[in-house]
Order: sequence, then C-alpha cells, then structure tokens
Amino acid sequence: MNPITEHNSRETLSPLKAEAKKLNFYYGNFQALKNINMPIYEKKVTSLIGPSGCGKSTYLRCFNRMHDLYPGNRYEGAIEFHPDRTDLLSKKVDPIEVRMRISMVFQKPNPFPKSIYENVAYGLRVRGESARSVIDDKVEAALRSAALWGEVKDRLKELGANLSGGQQQRLCIARALATDPELLLFDEPTSALDPIATASIEELITELKERVTILIVTHNMQQAARISDFTAYMYIGEMVEFGVTDQIFIKPKRKETEDYITGRFG
Amino acid sequence: MTDHTSKNFDLELESLRTYVLKMGGAAEQQVRKAIEGLYSGDQAFLETVIRDDDRINQMEIDIDALCNQVIAKRQPTAIDLRMIVSVLKVISDLERIGDKARKVARLGITLSSLSGDGVLNEGLNHMTEIALKMLRLALDGFARVDVSLATEAVHLDKLVNAEYQSISRQLITYMMEDPRAITRSLDTLTIAKAIERVGDHATNIAESVVYMAKGLNVRHISADEIEDRIARS
Repeated sequence: MNPITEHNSRETLSPLKAEAKKLNFYYGNFQALKNINMPIYEKKVTSLIGPSGCGKSTYLRCFNRMHDLYPGNRYEGAIEFHPDRTDLLSKKVDPIEVRMRISMVFQKPNPFPKSIYENVAYGLRVRGESARSVIDDKVEAALRSAALWGEVKDRLKELGANLSGGQQQRLCIARALATDPELLLFDEPTSALDPIATASIEELITELKERVTILIVTHNMQQAARISDFTAYMYIGEMVEFGVTDQIFIKPKRKETEDYITGRFG
Repeated sequence: MTDHTSKNFDLELESLRTYVLKMGGAAEQQVRKAIEGLYSGDQAFLETVIRDDDRINQMEIDIDALCNQVIAKRQPTAIDLRMIVSVLKVISDLERIGDKARKVARLGITLSSLSGDGVLNEGLNHMTEIALKMLRLALDGFARVDVSLATEAVHLDKLVNAEYQSISRQLITYMMEDPRAITRSLDTLTIAKAIERVGDHATNIAESVVYMAKGLNVRHISADEIEDRIARS
C-alpha cells in the first residue's frame, strides 16, 4: 500500500509544520510503523483514524519522543519539524526540548495531584520561569485559552482532581498550552467524556487551531469529520490514505479507507 | 460492495434501493399509460392515471423519511452518503416525472373531448419511447451503480430534444394551415414538452448516479464532457 499524499491546491496554501519521512518504528522486534510519509500542515487540525492496533497512537507518540521512555524502542527515518527542519527523532535532539515545543493531551484527564494553578504553572517552572507575575499571567492566559478560566478563577488553589471530567480535560489542555507549544498532540481526548463535554473540547480544538497546529488521534470518525482539516487513515502500521477531510469522508480514493469509514470493516 | 458490520444498516440501504426502483418503475408506467390513454382517447383510463399519481407522491414522502432516518441513525459517509444524497435527488425527479404523466393524462382528456382531426403522430410515441428508455437506463445504472448505463441515458437526451423540435415545427405548420387546429395543436405541444421534460429528469437521475458512483458532480455539462470526466477520474 502506497500512501496517497498528492495534494490539491487548497492544501498547499498552508505551510508545513512537520513532515514524517520514511518513518519506521519498532517495539523491540515488532515493527509498529511502516514507512510513514505524511505532512502536518501549520495551524490545521489533522486527524489520525484507523482500527485499534493500527499504529495511530504509536505514530502520535513519536512526535514528542514518548517512546524514549522505554528500552528496546527504535525509530528509523525522520520527523522534520518546521520551520527549522529539526529532526525530532535525531539522537542529537534532547527529548525535553522537543516536549517544550510539542505538548500532549491524553485520553483520560490526568491532572497532577496539585492545585489547579500549579497544574498549569508546572511546565513554566520546569522551563525555569520563576517570576510570580509572569507565571500568574501565563496561567490565566492558558486557562482562558482552554475555556476554563471563568469556571475556576475563584478556586485556583483547589485540587485539579476536584473538577468534573470535562473540566479536568480542559485543565490538561491549559497545562499543555501554558508553555506556548507549536504542536499539540491529542490522543483520543474525548473518549472518556460525555457528549456535552466532548462538544466543548471539540469547539476548543477548533478555536486553538488559530494559534497552534493540532494532531489528534480519534476513534470517533464523526469527530474527525467535524473538527479536522486533514485526515489520515492508518491500518496495521501503514498510512493508507491522507487527504482533505471532506474528500476522505465523501470520496475516499482507496477502497480500504471507504470500507473503514462506512463501517464495512472486518 | 462488502457488507457493513451492522446488518441492519445493510438492510436499510437495501430497502431504500428497492423502494427507489419501485418508485422508478411506477413513474415509467404512469408515463406509458398516459400516452396510451392519449392515443386511445379512453377518458376513464386517463382518470386512473391521474389518480395513481398520488401513489408516486406518497412514495416520495416515504423514501424521503427513510433517508432522514438513515442519516440520523447511521451518519453515513463516502459511498453510503453519496447514495443517500443521490436518492433524495432521484426521488424528486421521479415525482416530477409522475407529475408530467398526470399532465399528459389531463390534456388527453381535454383533447379527446375536442372535435376535429387529431394532430397526434408517431413522433410523440417515438419520443416517449426514447425518454422512457433513458429513464430505464438511468434506473438500471442506479441499481447496478453503473456509470456507463447512466451516460448512455444522457446521450439519448439529444434525440428527445431533436424529436421535440420536429414535433413543434410540425404543429406550427398545422396551426398556420388551419386556425381551428390551434387549440388542439397547443395542447399537443404542451404534451410533447412534458415528455421532453421527462427526458430532462431522466438526465438528472443519470447525473445523480454518476455522483453516487464516482463522487463527481456532472450537472450542467454535455454527455461527452461527462464521459471525459469519468474517464479522467
């Protein structure tokens, strides 16, 4: 299966934020990603869809070098990060530096066992920021961007875990935003949330793309259709099709994609 | 096309497809009967054609409701979405074809009560045959998701239009030759126009089939261009 990455004129209007080039990934001897070539366009939302085990989360985690945390994992190829074209996977690149530029939000809200304020301030402190006024401003800005400020501004000292599920997830988004990342990774950010909280996160993602590039893994195809500009369909470690979301959901080029999105899979 | 994981979804789409074909068959039959009644002058027969149009109208409403249910329940995508969007357009064209048959039947009743020589000729019969052939091809194309049948239908529309021009010239000649033939000729012209419109609706249906099968929007372009776009897709 060759990935289909030819683009129409609308796509090329947007500059690249990142690009996977001949990316392979191995968990020990098991090859989880096979020759992934895929662009990520700046200030756009790109969705990764595909059945469980297809490699979409594995791919997402390559971007912030999460796989470095476990021995035996191995990358091949490159993920070029623009505009400086840094290869995120290069051994010379410090994963901590990478994570300063690329933040991640997970499936289950995972606030630190700290106050709401400290959850958001954490990344700034790690980065070495100590001026109280700067941190105050950035915490407020991040909470506002995550559409949470109004709900928590009078209870910043309370534990993050006291918030509702949807609020906790927005807190995690605020935490991810506090360090001004260039790319935000979402790994099924709404699968543990009710429909209302899901809608508010989706709305938030649509607002955030004005400022930051977003890559999202979702099991909910309608969510991919609703919020993303580009969609990639992955299957057993390969990128089967990449294209403009409208095209993928109305007239996919490949039968495998069509079978999956129309529910003919399996 | 392989089956959906959801068997009910398959059943819903299948019943939708079957229902559209049934409605298509009914519309074709209505046109055929209206023309038959027109030539035979059988008023009672034409009355039944007029009454039966209600069945087609009801089918449109039912299929429309089915489409809405499928969209609400299944959030169809890709070929399924294109099929449902096409069905919604196709049934609207079929309903209009039903209306044309009713119009022909009404005028048939009027004409049969007028005195004087008939101004009907084989041209109208011939034109009706081509228009109905177009409709059958388009519906077969729909049933088999086959664009070659659909494009064949679109090509035939030229013949229908040419036949209409010829009938219209002939009727103008009648009217010039004998002013007493004007009323009959104008009614006949309206009938010919109705059949010509049946051809246009069949063309629309064929274009919906191309959209369903290929995701290509081929409205407002010639049959040759349609073939060209399909070849390039």
